[in-house]
Amino acid sequence: MSSQRESTTRTLTVALLVCLVCSVFVAGAAVALRPTQIENRLLDKQRSILAIAGLADASLSSTQVKQMFNERIKARLVDLETGKFSDAQDPITFDPLASSKDPALSKALKGSEDIASIKRRERYSTVYMVEHDGQLDTLILPVRGYGLWSTLHGFIAVKGDLNTVAGFGFYQHGETPGLGGEVDNPKWRDLWLGKNLFDSNNEVAIRVIKGNVDQSSSTAANQVDGLAGATLTSNGVTHLVQFWLGENGFGSFIEHLRAGEA
Amino acid sequence: MSQPTIKQVLLDPIFNNNPIGLQILGICSALAVTSNLKTALVMSIALTLVTAFSSMFISMIRSQIPSSIRMIVQMVIIASLVIVVDQVLKAYAYSLSKQLSVFVGLIITNCIVMGRAEAFAMANPPMLSFFDGIGNGLGYSAMLVVLGIIRELFGAGKLLGYTILPVVNDGGWYLPNGMLLLPPSAFFLIGLIIWGLRMWKKEQLEAPDFSIAAHSQEKEAY
Repeated sequence: MSSQRESTTRTLTVALLVCLVCSVFVAGAAVALRPTQIENRLLDKQRSILAIAGLADASLSSTQVKQMFNERIKARLVDLETGKFSDAQDPITFDPLASSKDPALSKALKGSEDIASIKRRERYSTVYMVEHDGQLDTLILPVRGYGLWSTLHGFIAVKGDLNTVAGFGFYQHGETPGLGGEVDNPKWRDLWLGKNLFDSNNEVAIRVIKGNVDQSSSTAANQVDGLAGATLTSNGVTHLVQFWLGENGFGSFIEHLRAGEA
Repeated sequence: MSQPTIKQVLLDPIFNNNPIGLQILGICSALAVTSNLKTALVMSIALTLVTAFSSMFISMIRSQIPSSIRMIVQMVIIASLVIVVDQVLKAYAYSLSKQLSVFVGLIITNCIVMGRAEAFAMANPPMLSFFDGIGNGLGYSAMLVVLGIIRELFGAGKLLGYTILPVVNDGGWYLPNGMLLLPPSAFFLIGLIIWGLRMWKKEQLEAPDFSIAAHSQEKEAY
Protein backbone atom coordinates (compact mmCIF):
# COMPACT_ATOMS: atom_id res chain seq x y z
CA MET A 1 0.00 0.00 0.00
CA SER A 2 2.76 2.37 0.92
CA SER A 3 4.49 1.95 -2.44
CA GLN A 4 1.25 2.87 -4.16
CA ARG A 5 0.92 5.95 -1.96
CA GLU A 6 4.43 7.11 -2.81
CA SER A 7 4.17 6.73 -6.61
CA THR A 8 4.86 9.79 -8.77
CA THR A 9 1.39 9.98 -10.31
CA ARG A 10 -0.16 9.69 -6.89
CA THR A 11 2.05 12.48 -5.54
CA LEU A 12 1.18 14.75 -8.46
CA THR A 13 -2.53 14.03 -8.17
CA VAL A 14 -2.63 14.78 -4.46
CA ALA A 15 -0.61 17.98 -4.91
CA LEU A 16 -2.86 19.12 -7.73
CA LEU A 17 -6.07 18.38 -5.86
CA VAL A 18 -4.94 20.07 -2.67
CA CYS A 19 -3.89 23.17 -4.61
CA LEU A 20 -7.16 23.24 -6.51
CA VAL A 21 -9.36 22.94 -3.44
CA CYS A 22 -7.31 25.49 -1.50
CA SER A 23 -7.22 28.02 -4.31
CA VAL A 24 -10.99 27.83 -4.78
CA PHE A 25 -11.41 28.27 -1.02
CA VAL A 26 -9.06 31.29 -0.83
CA ALA A 27 -10.35 32.93 -3.99
CA GLY A 28 -13.93 32.46 -2.82
CA ALA A 29 -13.23 34.13 0.51
CA ALA A 30 -11.33 37.00 -1.10
CA VAL A 31 -14.03 37.72 -3.66
CA ALA A 32 -16.90 37.39 -1.19
CA LEU A 33 -15.31 39.69 1.39
CA ARG A 34 -13.91 42.30 -0.97
CA PRO A 35 -16.87 44.74 -0.98
CA THR A 36 -16.94 44.81 2.84
CA GLN A 37 -13.21 45.42 2.96
CA ILE A 38 -13.31 48.32 0.50
CA GLU A 39 -16.16 49.87 2.41
CA ASN A 40 -14.26 49.50 5.67
CA ARG A 41 -11.16 51.14 4.26
CA LEU A 42 -13.17 54.07 2.95
CA LEU A 43 -15.04 54.38 6.22
CA ASP A 44 -11.82 54.35 8.20
CA LYS A 45 -10.45 57.17 6.07
CA GLN A 46 -13.66 59.20 6.30
CA ARG A 47 -13.71 58.74 10.05
CA SER A 48 -10.17 60.04 10.43
CA ILE A 49 -10.88 63.01 8.14
CA LEU A 50 -13.90 63.95 10.23
CA ALA A 51 -11.88 63.53 13.42
CA ILE A 52 -9.06 65.75 12.11
CA ALA A 53 -11.58 68.40 11.09
CA GLY A 54 -12.88 68.31 14.66
CA LEU A 55 -16.35 67.25 13.54
CA ALA A 56 -16.59 63.79 15.02
CA ASP A 57 -15.13 61.45 17.60
CA ALA A 58 -14.70 57.71 17.58
CA SER A 59 -18.14 57.03 19.04
CA LEU A 60 -20.04 57.73 15.81
CA SER A 61 -21.59 54.73 14.12
CA SER A 62 -20.60 53.90 10.57
CA THR A 63 -23.82 55.24 9.07
CA GLN A 64 -23.43 58.50 10.99
CA VAL A 65 -19.87 58.83 9.71
CA LYS A 66 -21.01 58.29 6.13
CA GLN A 67 -23.87 60.73 6.45
CA MET A 68 -21.81 63.43 8.11
CA PHE A 69 -19.00 63.03 5.60
CA ASN A 70 -21.36 63.42 2.67
CA GLU A 71 -23.03 66.45 4.21
CA ARG A 72 -20.06 68.38 5.49
CA ILE A 73 -16.96 67.40 3.56
CA LYS A 74 -16.24 68.27 -0.04
CA ALA A 75 -13.47 66.29 -1.73
CA ARG A 76 -11.58 67.96 -4.57
CA LEU A 77 -8.69 66.81 -6.69
CA VAL A 78 -5.61 69.02 -6.83
CA ASP A 79 -2.99 68.93 -9.55
CA LEU A 80 0.23 69.35 -7.61
CA GLU A 81 2.15 70.38 -10.75
CA THR A 82 0.00 73.41 -11.45
CA GLY A 83 -1.24 73.91 -7.92
CA LYS A 84 -4.86 74.19 -9.04
CA PHE A 85 -8.02 72.16 -8.77
CA SER A 86 -8.37 69.50 -11.39
CA ASP A 87 -11.13 67.26 -12.66
CA ALA A 88 -8.85 64.68 -14.23
CA GLN A 89 -10.00 61.96 -11.85
CA ASP A 90 -12.94 61.32 -9.57
CA PRO A 91 -11.82 62.54 -6.13
CA ILE A 92 -13.87 59.91 -4.29
CA THR A 93 -12.57 56.81 -6.00
CA PHE A 94 -9.10 58.08 -6.95
CA ASP A 95 -6.35 56.72 -4.73
CA PRO A 96 -3.43 59.19 -4.62
CA LEU A 97 -1.27 56.76 -2.67
CA ALA A 98 -1.60 54.00 -5.26
CA SER A 99 -0.97 56.50 -8.05
CA SER A 100 2.33 57.55 -6.45
CA LYS A 101 3.70 54.20 -7.63
CA ASP A 102 2.56 54.77 -11.20
CA PRO A 103 5.26 56.56 -13.25
CA ALA A 104 2.61 58.20 -15.44
CA LEU A 105 0.85 59.76 -12.46
CA SER A 106 3.80 60.62 -10.25
CA LYS A 107 7.31 61.97 -10.30
CA ALA A 108 10.48 60.74 -8.67
CA LEU A 109 11.92 63.16 -6.15
CA LYS A 110 15.57 64.11 -6.15
CA GLY A 111 17.49 63.48 -2.93
CA SER A 112 17.54 67.12 -1.83
CA GLU A 113 13.83 67.60 -2.56
CA ASP A 114 12.78 64.45 -0.80
CA ILE A 115 13.00 65.64 2.79
CA ALA A 116 10.08 63.43 3.83
CA SER A 117 11.74 60.31 2.28
CA ILE A 118 8.75 59.31 0.20
CA LYS A 119 10.75 58.72 -3.03
CA ARG A 120 7.86 59.39 -5.43
CA ARG A 121 5.17 62.04 -5.28
CA GLU A 122 1.83 61.64 -6.98
CA ARG A 123 0.68 64.22 -9.50
CA TYR A 124 -2.90 64.39 -8.28
CA SER A 125 -3.90 64.43 -4.65
CA THR A 126 -7.26 64.71 -2.95
CA VAL A 127 -7.93 67.54 -0.52
CA TYR A 128 -11.00 67.78 1.67
CA MET A 129 -12.81 70.97 2.49
CA VAL A 130 -15.38 71.98 5.04
CA GLU A 131 -17.34 74.98 3.81
CA HIS A 132 -19.47 77.35 5.77
CA ASP A 133 -21.83 79.71 3.89
CA GLY A 134 -19.78 79.19 0.73
CA GLN A 135 -16.57 80.19 2.51
CA LEU A 136 -13.72 77.79 3.13
CA ASP A 137 -13.85 76.89 6.82
CA THR A 138 -11.32 74.08 7.05
CA LEU A 139 -8.93 72.65 4.48
CA ILE A 140 -7.71 69.11 5.10
CA LEU A 141 -4.52 68.00 3.38
CA PRO A 142 -3.15 64.46 3.30
CA VAL A 143 0.48 64.21 4.46
CA ARG A 144 2.90 61.36 4.72
CA GLY A 145 6.57 60.81 5.37
CA TYR A 146 9.12 58.61 7.04
CA GLY A 147 9.64 58.66 10.79
CA LEU A 148 11.94 56.19 12.49
CA TRP A 149 10.60 52.79 11.40
CA SER A 150 7.70 53.50 9.17
CA THR A 151 5.90 55.87 6.87
CA LEU A 152 3.44 57.97 8.82
CA HIS A 153 0.17 58.66 7.01
CA GLY A 154 -2.03 61.43 8.26
CA PHE A 155 -3.95 64.61 7.66
CA ILE A 156 -3.38 68.20 8.61
CA ALA A 157 -6.37 70.51 8.87
CA VAL A 158 -5.93 74.24 8.31
CA LYS A 159 -8.42 76.96 9.11
CA GLY A 160 -9.87 79.28 6.45
CA ASP A 161 -6.99 81.75 6.88
CA LEU A 162 -4.74 79.00 5.43
CA ASN A 163 -2.29 79.46 8.27
CA THR A 164 -3.78 78.29 11.56
CA VAL A 165 -3.73 74.57 12.32
CA ALA A 166 -7.18 73.20 13.09
CA GLY A 167 -6.20 69.59 13.55
CA PHE A 168 -3.40 67.16 12.96
CA GLY A 169 -3.06 63.43 13.27
CA PHE A 170 -1.96 60.18 11.73
CA TYR A 171 -4.22 57.32 10.79
CA GLN A 172 -1.47 54.87 10.08
CA HIS A 173 2.09 54.48 11.33
CA GLY A 174 4.39 51.91 12.86
CA GLU A 175 6.43 53.97 15.30
CA THR A 176 7.53 52.60 18.68
CA PRO A 177 4.58 52.44 21.08
CA GLY A 178 5.10 54.74 24.04
CA LEU A 179 7.84 56.75 22.31
CA GLY A 180 7.33 57.72 18.66
CA GLY A 181 3.88 56.16 18.91
CA GLU A 182 2.96 59.12 21.12
CA VAL A 183 2.16 60.99 17.89
CA ASP A 184 -1.26 59.50 18.56
CA ASN A 185 -1.43 61.00 22.04
CA PRO A 186 -4.39 63.41 22.07
CA LYS A 187 -2.48 65.79 24.32
CA TRP A 188 0.37 66.11 21.85
CA ARG A 189 -2.03 66.47 18.95
CA ASP A 190 -3.79 69.28 20.80
CA LEU A 191 -0.48 71.15 20.98
CA TRP A 192 -0.78 71.69 17.23
CA LEU A 193 -4.09 73.50 17.44
CA GLY A 194 -3.76 77.22 16.79
CA LYS A 195 -0.15 76.98 15.65
CA ASN A 196 0.82 78.93 12.52
CA LEU A 197 2.11 77.02 9.51
CA PHE A 198 3.74 79.99 7.81
CA ASP A 199 5.79 82.94 9.00
CA SER A 200 5.13 86.56 8.05
CA ASN A 201 6.80 86.06 4.63
CA ASN A 202 4.53 83.09 3.87
CA GLU A 203 7.45 80.68 4.15
CA VAL A 204 6.77 77.30 5.77
CA ALA A 205 7.91 77.72 9.34
CA ILE A 206 6.11 75.12 11.43
CA ARG A 207 8.43 72.63 13.11
CA VAL A 208 8.64 70.18 15.96
CA ILE A 209 11.49 71.24 18.20
CA LYS A 210 13.51 69.32 20.75
CA GLY A 211 12.15 69.85 24.24
CA ASN A 212 9.48 72.34 25.14
CA VAL A 213 8.53 75.50 23.31
CA ASP A 214 9.63 78.72 24.97
CA GLN A 215 6.31 80.57 24.95
CA SER A 216 7.98 84.00 25.15
CA SER A 217 9.99 83.42 21.96
CA SER A 218 8.90 85.22 18.81
CA THR A 219 8.70 81.93 16.88
CA ALA A 220 6.63 80.09 19.51
CA ALA A 221 3.58 80.17 17.22
CA ASN A 222 5.50 78.10 14.66
CA GLN A 223 6.83 75.54 17.11
CA VAL A 224 5.48 72.37 18.67
CA ASP A 225 6.99 70.50 21.63
CA GLY A 226 9.06 67.49 20.64
CA LEU A 227 8.18 63.99 21.74
CA ALA A 228 10.38 62.85 24.61
CA GLY A 229 12.58 59.95 23.58
CA ALA A 230 11.51 60.14 19.95
CA THR A 231 13.83 62.60 18.24
CA LEU A 232 13.79 60.81 14.91
CA THR A 233 10.01 60.52 14.79
CA SER A 234 9.75 64.22 15.76
CA ASN A 235 12.18 65.16 12.98
CA GLY A 236 10.24 62.98 10.58
CA VAL A 237 7.02 64.82 11.46
CA THR A 238 8.73 68.20 10.89
CA HIS A 239 10.05 67.03 7.54
CA LEU A 240 6.79 65.61 6.30
CA VAL A 241 4.79 68.67 7.28
CA GLN A 242 7.35 70.97 5.69
CA PHE A 243 7.49 68.84 2.55
CA TRP A 244 3.74 68.75 1.99
CA LEU A 245 3.32 72.45 2.68
CA GLY A 246 6.38 73.33 0.58
CA GLU A 247 6.84 73.82 -3.14
CA ASN A 248 6.89 70.10 -3.95
CA GLY A 249 3.72 69.50 -1.99
CA PHE A 250 0.68 71.73 -1.66
CA GLY A 251 2.72 74.97 -1.53
CA SER A 252 1.62 76.42 -4.85
CA PHE A 253 -1.94 75.20 -4.34
CA ILE A 254 -2.12 77.09 -1.03
CA GLU A 255 -0.69 80.18 -2.72
CA HIS A 256 -3.31 79.99 -5.45
CA LEU A 257 -6.00 79.46 -2.88
CA ARG A 258 -4.81 82.47 -0.92
CA ALA A 259 -4.97 84.58 -4.07
CA GLY A 260 -8.35 83.09 -4.91
CA GLU A 261 -7.12 81.57 -8.18
CA ALA A 262 -7.26 77.88 -7.49
CA MET B 1 0.46 3.69 22.28
CA SER B 2 -2.92 4.37 23.84
CA GLN B 3 -5.19 6.87 22.17
CA PRO B 4 -5.27 10.19 24.10
CA THR B 5 -8.70 11.43 25.16
CA ILE B 6 -10.24 14.71 24.03
CA LYS B 7 -9.95 16.10 27.54
CA GLN B 8 -6.27 15.30 27.59
CA VAL B 9 -5.45 16.94 24.25
CA LEU B 10 -7.56 19.94 25.18
CA LEU B 11 -6.18 20.67 28.64
CA ASP B 12 -2.64 19.29 28.61
CA PRO B 13 -1.14 22.04 26.42
CA ILE B 14 -2.30 24.77 28.80
CA PHE B 15 0.04 24.03 31.71
CA ASN B 16 1.65 20.62 31.29
CA ASN B 17 2.82 20.96 27.72
CA ASN B 18 2.50 24.66 26.93
CA PRO B 19 3.63 25.39 23.37
CA ILE B 20 5.48 28.53 24.46
CA GLY B 21 6.39 27.50 27.99
CA LEU B 22 7.69 23.99 27.37
CA GLN B 23 8.10 23.54 23.64
CA ILE B 24 9.41 27.12 23.22
CA LEU B 25 7.53 27.57 19.93
CA GLY B 26 5.80 30.65 18.57
CA ILE B 27 7.98 33.12 20.48
CA CYS B 28 8.23 35.59 17.60
CA SER B 29 4.57 36.50 17.47
CA ALA B 30 4.35 36.37 21.27
CA LEU B 31 6.86 39.22 21.38
CA ALA B 32 5.24 41.21 18.63
CA VAL B 33 1.53 41.30 19.37
CA THR B 34 1.39 41.43 23.17
CA SER B 35 2.04 45.13 23.72
CA ASN B 36 -1.68 45.41 24.38
CA LEU B 37 -4.29 42.92 25.42
CA LYS B 38 -6.68 43.47 22.53
CA THR B 39 -4.25 42.50 19.78
CA ALA B 40 -3.07 39.60 21.93
CA LEU B 41 -6.65 38.31 22.20
CA VAL B 42 -7.38 38.62 18.49
CA MET B 43 -4.10 36.95 17.62
CA SER B 44 -4.91 34.14 20.07
CA ILE B 45 -8.30 33.55 18.50
CA ALA B 46 -6.85 33.64 15.00
CA LEU B 47 -4.09 31.20 15.84
CA THR B 48 -6.39 28.84 17.73
CA LEU B 49 -8.81 28.66 14.79
CA VAL B 50 -6.04 28.14 12.27
CA THR B 51 -4.36 25.42 14.34
CA ALA B 52 -7.64 23.62 14.98
CA PHE B 53 -8.91 23.64 11.41
CA SER B 54 -5.56 22.96 9.77
CA SER B 55 -5.05 19.98 12.08
CA MET B 56 -8.54 18.73 11.26
CA PHE B 57 -8.18 19.05 7.48
CA ILE B 58 -4.70 17.57 7.48
CA SER B 59 -5.88 14.69 9.62
CA MET B 60 -8.78 14.06 7.24
CA ILE B 61 -6.46 13.51 4.30
CA ARG B 62 -3.51 12.13 6.27
CA SER B 63 -3.72 8.68 4.72
CA GLN B 64 -3.72 10.20 1.24
CA ILE B 65 -0.73 12.51 1.61
CA PRO B 66 2.44 11.02 0.12
CA SER B 67 5.19 11.45 2.70
CA SER B 68 7.55 13.05 0.19
CA ILE B 69 5.35 16.15 -0.13
CA ARG B 70 3.61 16.11 3.23
CA MET B 71 5.23 19.33 4.49
CA ILE B 72 4.23 21.24 1.37
CA VAL B 73 0.67 19.94 1.57
CA GLN B 74 0.47 21.00 5.22
CA MET B 75 1.83 24.42 4.33
CA VAL B 76 -0.72 24.90 1.55
CA ILE B 77 -3.60 24.06 3.85
CA ILE B 78 -2.28 26.27 6.67
CA ALA B 79 -1.55 29.16 4.31
CA SER B 80 -5.05 28.99 2.83
CA LEU B 81 -6.64 29.13 6.27
CA VAL B 82 -4.44 32.04 7.32
CA ILE B 83 -5.35 34.02 4.22
CA VAL B 84 -9.03 33.45 4.92
CA VAL B 85 -8.61 34.58 8.55
CA ASP B 86 -6.72 37.67 7.37
CA GLN B 87 -9.45 38.50 4.86
CA VAL B 88 -12.18 38.07 7.46
CA LEU B 89 -10.34 40.34 9.89
CA LYS B 90 -9.89 42.98 7.18
CA ALA B 91 -13.59 42.84 6.45
CA TYR B 92 -15.00 42.78 9.98
CA ALA B 93 -12.33 44.17 12.30
CA TYR B 94 -10.49 46.62 10.12
CA SER B 95 -8.79 48.71 12.80
CA LEU B 96 -7.55 45.60 14.60
CA SER B 97 -6.23 44.07 11.43
CA LYS B 98 -4.29 47.27 10.84
CA GLN B 99 -2.64 46.89 14.23
CA LEU B 100 -1.85 43.22 13.72
CA SER B 101 -0.57 44.03 10.20
CA VAL B 102 1.81 41.32 9.07
CA PHE B 103 1.50 39.12 12.11
CA VAL B 104 -1.71 37.46 11.02
CA GLY B 105 0.00 36.53 7.77
CA LEU B 106 2.94 35.24 9.74
CA ILE B 107 0.77 32.64 11.49
CA ILE B 108 1.73 30.59 8.42
CA THR B 109 5.27 30.38 9.72
CA ASN B 110 4.24 29.93 13.34
CA CYS B 111 5.93 26.75 14.47
CA ILE B 112 2.98 25.75 16.66
CA VAL B 113 0.64 25.24 13.70
CA MET B 114 3.20 23.31 11.68
CA GLY B 115 4.35 21.40 14.75
CA ARG B 116 0.87 20.16 15.60
CA ALA B 117 0.16 19.25 11.99
CA GLU B 118 3.34 17.20 11.73
CA ALA B 119 3.44 15.74 15.23
CA PHE B 120 -0.21 15.07 15.94
CA ALA B 121 -2.58 15.47 13.01
CA MET B 122 -0.60 13.13 10.74
CA ALA B 123 -1.14 10.28 13.20
CA ASN B 124 -4.57 10.90 14.77
CA PRO B 125 -8.21 11.04 13.64
CA PRO B 126 -9.77 14.39 12.61
CA MET B 127 -11.92 15.07 15.69
CA LEU B 128 -9.06 14.47 18.09
CA SER B 129 -6.72 16.56 15.95
CA PHE B 130 -9.24 19.38 15.93
CA PHE B 131 -9.34 19.44 19.72
CA ASP B 132 -5.58 19.09 19.92
CA GLY B 133 -5.39 22.23 17.77
CA ILE B 134 -7.83 24.03 20.05
CA GLY B 135 -5.87 22.90 23.11
CA ASN B 136 -2.54 24.09 21.77
CA GLY B 137 -4.15 27.32 20.64
CA LEU B 138 -5.44 27.78 24.19
CA GLY B 139 -1.98 27.12 25.59
CA TYR B 140 -0.58 29.81 23.29
CA SER B 141 -3.50 32.09 24.14
CA ALA B 142 -2.96 31.68 27.89
CA MET B 143 0.62 32.81 27.53
CA LEU B 144 -0.30 35.71 25.23
CA VAL B 145 -3.06 36.93 27.51
CA VAL B 146 -0.76 36.89 30.56
CA LEU B 147 1.90 38.80 28.61
CA GLY B 148 -0.68 41.20 27.21
CA ILE B 149 -2.10 41.97 30.66
CA ILE B 150 1.31 42.58 32.25
CA ARG B 151 2.63 44.63 29.34
CA GLU B 152 -0.43 46.80 28.81
CA LEU B 153 -1.15 47.33 32.50
CA PHE B 154 2.37 48.27 33.57
CA GLY B 155 3.52 49.71 30.26
CA ALA B 156 0.55 51.94 29.51
CA GLY B 157 -1.57 51.81 32.66
CA LYS B 158 -4.52 50.43 30.71
CA LEU B 159 -6.35 47.20 30.05
CA LEU B 160 -8.20 46.75 26.74
CA GLY B 161 -7.85 50.50 26.30
CA TYR B 162 -9.53 51.39 29.62
CA THR B 163 -7.39 53.32 32.06
CA ILE B 164 -6.62 51.34 35.22
CA LEU B 165 -3.55 53.17 36.45
CA PRO B 166 -3.74 56.86 35.40
CA VAL B 167 -0.34 57.71 33.93
CA VAL B 168 1.67 60.85 34.63
CA ASN B 169 1.43 62.03 31.00
CA ASP B 170 -2.34 62.32 31.39
CA GLY B 171 -2.16 63.92 34.81
CA GLY B 172 -2.26 60.73 36.90
CA TRP B 173 0.26 59.31 39.36
CA TYR B 174 1.56 56.21 37.59
CA LEU B 175 4.90 56.47 35.80
CA PRO B 176 4.66 53.73 33.16
CA ASN B 177 7.53 51.40 32.41
CA GLY B 178 8.14 52.15 28.73
CA MET B 179 10.33 49.12 28.24
CA LEU B 180 7.31 46.87 28.68
CA LEU B 181 5.89 48.28 25.46
CA LEU B 182 8.95 47.20 23.52
CA PRO B 183 9.21 43.63 22.21
CA PRO B 184 12.32 42.62 24.24
CA SER B 185 10.36 42.97 27.49
CA ALA B 186 8.27 39.97 26.43
CA PHE B 187 11.48 37.94 26.35
CA PHE B 188 12.14 38.69 30.01
CA LEU B 189 8.53 37.98 30.93
CA ILE B 190 8.44 34.69 29.00
CA GLY B 191 11.71 33.70 30.68
CA LEU B 192 10.30 34.42 34.12
CA ILE B 193 7.06 32.57 33.34
CA ILE B 194 8.95 29.51 32.11
CA TRP B 195 11.04 29.60 35.28
CA GLY B 196 7.93 29.82 37.43
CA LEU B 197 6.22 27.03 35.46
CA ARG B 198 9.17 24.69 35.90
CA MET B 199 9.45 25.45 39.61
CA TRP B 200 5.78 24.54 39.94
CA LYS B 201 5.86 21.46 37.73
CA LYS B 202 9.25 19.89 38.33
CA GLU B 203 8.75 17.24 35.65
CA GLN B 204 9.15 19.97 33.02
CA LEU B 205 12.77 20.51 34.01
CA GLU B 206 15.11 19.33 31.29
CA ALA B 207 18.22 17.32 31.99
CA PRO B 208 21.22 19.54 31.31
CA ASP B 209 22.78 18.97 27.88
CA PHE B 210 26.25 19.09 29.34
CA SER B 211 27.76 19.61 32.75
CA ILE B 212 30.12 22.40 33.52
CA ALA B 213 33.64 21.15 34.13
CA ALA B 214 35.18 21.70 37.53
CA HIS B 215 36.87 25.02 37.94
CA SER B 216 40.49 24.74 36.91
CA GLN B 217 43.28 27.15 37.68
CA GLU B 218 46.31 27.62 35.48
CA LYS B 219 49.60 27.29 37.24
CA GLU B 220 51.36 30.60 37.18
CA ALA B 221 54.59 30.43 35.22
CA TYR B 222 57.09 31.89 37.57
